[in-house]
Order: sequence, then C-alpha cells, then structure tokens
Amino acid sequence: MTDDTLQLGNKTFTSRLLTGTGKFADNALISGMLEASGSQIITVALRRIDQQSKTDNILDSIPQNVTLLPNTSGARTAEQAVRIARIARAASGTNFIKIEVITDARYLMPDNQETLAATEILAKEGFIVLPYILPDLPLAKRLESAGAAAVMPLGAPIGTNRGLETKPLIAMLIENCRVPVIVDAGLGLPSHAAAAMEMGADAVLVNTAIATAGDPVTMGKAFELAVRAGRKAYLSGGGQCSDQAVASSPLTGFLN
Amino acid sequence: MRIKINGRDQDIDTGSLTELIDQMDLPPSSLVVEHNLRLVPQDQWATTRLEEGDVLELLNFVGGG
Amino acid sequence: MSFFEVLTQYQDFSFDDYFATVTDADIARIVTLDKLRPADFLALLSPVAANHLELIAQRAHQLTVQYFGKTIQLFTPLYISNHCSNNCIYCGFNHTNEIKRRTLTLAEIEEEAAALSRTGMQHVLLLTGESLQATPIDYLVDTVRCLKKYFASVAIEIFPMEEEEYRLLYREGVDGLTLFQETYDQETYRKVHLAGRKKDFRFRLDGPERGARAGFRTVNIGALLGLAESRRDFFFTGLHAAYLEQQFLDTEVAVSLPRFNEAECDYNPPFSVNDKLFVQYLMAFRLFLPRAGITVSTRESSAMRDNLTRLGATRFSAGVCTTVGGYSKADSSDTPQFEITDERSVAEVATAIRQQGYQPVYKDWDDIR
Repeated sequence: MTDDTLQLGNKTFTSRLLTGTGKFADNALISGMLEASGSQIITVALRRIDQQSKTDNILDSIPQNVTLLPNTSGARTAEQAVRIARIARAASGTNFIKIEVITDARYLMPDNQETLAATEILAKEGFIVLPYILPDLPLAKRLESAGAAAVMPLGAPIGTNRGLETKPLIAMLIENCRVPVIVDAGLGLPSHAAAAMEMGADAVLVNTAIATAGDPVTMGKAFELAVRAGRKAYLSGGGQCSDQAVASSPLTGFLN
Repeated sequence: MRIKINGRDQDIDTGSLTELIDQMDLPPSSLVVEHNLRLVPQDQWATTRLEEGDVLELLNFVGGG
Repeated sequence: MSFFEVLTQYQDFSFDDYFATVTDADIARIVTLDKLRPADFLALLSPVAANHLELIAQRAHQLTVQYFGKTIQLFTPLYISNHCSNNCIYCGFNHTNEIKRRTLTLAEIEEEAAALSRTGMQHVLLLTGESLQATPIDYLVDTVRCLKKYFASVAIEIFPMEEEEYRLLYREGVDGLTLFQETYDQETYRKVHLAGRKKDFRFRLDGPERGARAGFRTVNIGALLGLAESRRDFFFTGLHAAYLEQQFLDTEVAVSLPRFNEAECDYNPPFSVNDKLFVQYLMAFRLFLPRAGITVSTRESSAMRDNLTRLGATRFSAGVCTTVGGYSKADSSDTPQFEITDERSVAEVATAIRQQGYQPVYKDWDDIR
C-alpha cells in the first residue's frame, strides 16, 4: 500500500481538505487557519480592483508552499470562465483552476453546460481543471473525458451550511468516476465533511463554515480532524447495521 | 484620450501604462493588468503604450471560495 | 486507459494471504453493504464465504429481484462456421482437430434463421470460429443483414475485432458483443492458446472496451473457469465488468461463468469448479455488481439453471444446438463446440421459468435506428 495521497494533475497532496479565502473577517486569519487545518490548496478569486478602497493583497496571506486554486467566480459563460482562467494562470503562475460558472443568482447553482464547455477548452490548454458542478453522473463522465483533473460536486448550495443534501447523487460519482471527487460547497460542520469522506469522497473543499466561524483557526483544525477521521473510516471498510432477516425458504438447499 | 477601464469609459492624460497606474495610486504588487484582452506582465508595463479606444482591465486577487 | 492497467495492479497480490484474513464476521458484514469494493467481492469468493452460501443467496435473490424483477431474458446461439485458425487446446473447434468443417452459405443461414425464429426467439447470438478466410467481414455483414430480417436483436460472439470493424457491424444492426477472455492469467493464456491470432492476450482483453466504444448496447464477458485457478479468474472477471460499467455508462455489462464440459478433444482442465463453487461465484458477482447481467448457457444442467433463476441469473440461452447448421438439419455426426447439458426446447425452458414464478422474455428491446 502506498501512502494515502491525493493526486491532482501532476501534484500530490497529503491533505484532503481544500479551503477558501472568501468571507474572512480579517485576511490575517488565513495563514493561521492554513497552519491549523493543514490545508495545502486554497481558492482565491480574481476581481476588478476597487479604486476607492484599497485592500491588502490576499496573496500575501498565503504561504508559498500552499497551492493556489484560482476560481472563475463571476463568470456567467464558458467564454468568460476561459478568459478569467487564462488571466489567473498568467498572473499567479499556477495551472490549477476551479471552474465556477454561475448563471443563477438566487441559489448560485453551477451551470453544468457552460462548465463542461469551459473544461473542454482549458484542459486542452494544459490547465489542471477542477470543475464545480451539480452532481450529475453523465456530466461527470463527460468532464472526465474532456480532461478534468477532478470533479467538484456541491453538497448543498454555496454558503448554506446544510451539509450533504446531494448524498445519493454524489455516491454515484464516487462509484463511477476515475478522477477524484471533491465535495465542494454546503458543508457546514466537521461532521458533514466526515460523512463525505466516509462515503468515499477523495477530498472536500470548505470555505464559509471555516471563515465565518467564531474562531476560524480552531474550526480549520476541527475540519482537518474530521476529514482525516472520515478518510480512515472509509479506508477501514466501515460496517453497517443490518436490519435484514434471513428469509424462511432456503435458496441453496439444492447444493446439499 | 478616452479608454475603457474596467468596463467604464474614462478620460486619461497619459499614454504610459506605468504612469496611469501611478496616477491611480494602485498597489503594483498585487495588480493584474489585461490590455486589449492580453495579459501584461509587470515587466512590460513600462513599454506598454495606451491608445484611444483601448480596453483595460485592472484586477487583483481577492478572497473567494 | 485499459483494463490491463487494473490487472497489472494485482501482479504481486497474494490471494492466499488475503483469503487467510477473511472471517465469518466479514461475510456477515459484507452481505449488508449497499456497495461492495473489490476487496469485499474477493472475500465473497473465499473459502470462508462458502460456509455462508444461504446468507449470500438471500441477498443475491433480493438484489436480483430489485433490479431485474422476476424475469429471465432468452436468447439462442446460432453457429454459422466452425472454421478456425486458432489452436486452443480445450476447444472442439481447435484447428488441429480433424472434424467436419463447414461455413454456412447465406441461403443456409436464412434457413436456420427461419427455423429458429419459429420457436419465438427474438434475440440471437451469432457465433463463428476464428477464420478470416472462412468468415470475412463482408460475409459477416451479409449474415447480420439476413438475421435482422428475422430477429429483434443480433449479438455476436466471434473473434475480437478492431474498433472500426465493430462499428461497421454496429451500423448493420448488431447490438451486443460477447467476448470471453478465457483466462486472465497471462501465463496460462499463453500455454493454452498455441496458435492463431488468439495468442494475443492484450488484443483480446481490450476487445470489450473497443466494442463498448463502437456503440454496442450490451457487452458480455467471462473466463472459462477451470483453465487457471478459478477464484482469481473470476475475481478478475468481476473487476473487468466493474471497469466496463464505470468506463461506459451507456453499456449494459453482463458476465457468463462458462465451466468445462466434455468437448471433442481430450482436455482435462487443471482446476475444476464444482456446483457449490459455481453458485458461490455467481452470487458473489450479483452482490458486487447488482445491475449487471448474468448469462447462463446450456453448459449448465436444467436442474441447475432452474435453481439459478432465483439466485441472480438474468439471461438464459434456450433451445440450443452448438453444431453448425443444426437448427434446420439435425446431423448427429457433426462436432459441437462443447457438449450441452440442458437439452430442453425453447418452450420447455420457458415453461420451467414460469414454474419458478418468473417471466420468460423473448424480446427485451427492438432497435429503432
């Protein structure tokens, strides 16, 4: 048995907890959160500068050894996502891109069709593409064929902290995808993350639940422990309660 | 001359990208510049000339999930 | 990507060491799982699991009814040629065997098809030996065109082909591919396939994938149990099926569990698979891949097949003759590919299925391309 690692593109990670930089009360908390959570991949977004209020550089809060995962948030079409991805790569020096195309402003559901189109283009350009999707098995297989490095199905709508509402759909992805399945969005508690890992997810991405906790650093640690616990439970082949009674008429009597 | 900066028409009085950034008082370390849909690395800012009708995007990385 | 990569991962795996760790409690736990991993499937193939056949049977029965209902789909094989350039030491069509060789003409095929369709059968499986001279692709295309006039579904069990050739047959209306690897043990494979194109292990192994890519709706694989150590061979059969299911969402994957019967040549299989072991394998596969088909041929006896109806089988061949041209003209001097043991007619098989409380399905679908 080799070390239990997560492979994304040409990079290998020992942590299965991806984090995000959104919604922190103070960006200074990010480095402490990263240290406590052990997270090796963190998302950032690209925005037009705000000419009025000068903000500090988010990249200064992220240590060199953590892999940047720029997202394409703000994109409403595949074309826009591709454009943002190219800029992000040139500006950050990383090939990693989380494709996030959202055309629904109310629930912030990812647009699977545009996401597939963007993945097809960016994978050909050498990006390590991580598409954020609604868990849809045929789509996930198309993304896989298109060269996605992983698929990132949502557990629940972004920022809702409602947990694994899409569990049975994610289970199909886990069962049938060859690329890693990273549950992204909606995980509000460490127990949600543990449940995702127990069912065989390869990793989880948590942002809001950590960033908006009373103590993001401690919550980062809590998620790290939950992800590791869930992963170990999965690897150990966890049991299930049996409510099965043995039927009365034997089926194998003919063999005796 | 008039160019488009981040989607808005603006009148500027310089043809030098470096000068414009300086005038706008933007922190150069985190700034990402796209000029006519082409990314301009920081070491090319000084040699980039702006012309009437150009489209400029000035971006930076921010928090996001 | 190829199943070969999966196979390679198990190169140094010690099956015996793993079997030694399997406990009664493991089996009790595994039968309650919603989803089995390869290690769980392997545990069900272990000697320890043989002590829990009834427990496994109940679960296999429940899953089969859940996913397939109480139905058995029927099909008939149609042998059109026994010319073969391969030398497979266990096979009746082996080219060194001095038997009467024949390849049906199109007129004869038409006669066979007409005779077969009168039994009510709508799914036919076309079989040949491996001979590009006797059964070139144009001949196969003509055969398929002829059969499509009589049957709703035409599947093929012929030599492995290139993807383009499969695509050609698919366009002519072939909707299913049956291709047995015979054994997943490369050493044994080399020793039992002495001549002909069949010597190429890898080309055969990748055949089902090429077929799935070409568009076939069903792909049926299997290992000829008894050629090599059978727990391993059947484990890899299961992994191969799982791999195909995962790679090709639009393909219905099925397995067969052919085991040795008397054939025309004097071949003694080095490993034997008795009824108990056979049933254990079939049920383990049902628990591992609840949605996959399980095809049972007339190599199995009528009594065995009647019992398998409730344990996981989903497809039966019926009214079978394994000699070339055997449906329209019976000639007992012809050599069969293998001896069949269930010699009942289509109607008799259908009646037996009904007596089990199951519905025999003569036509599962119609191609509307």
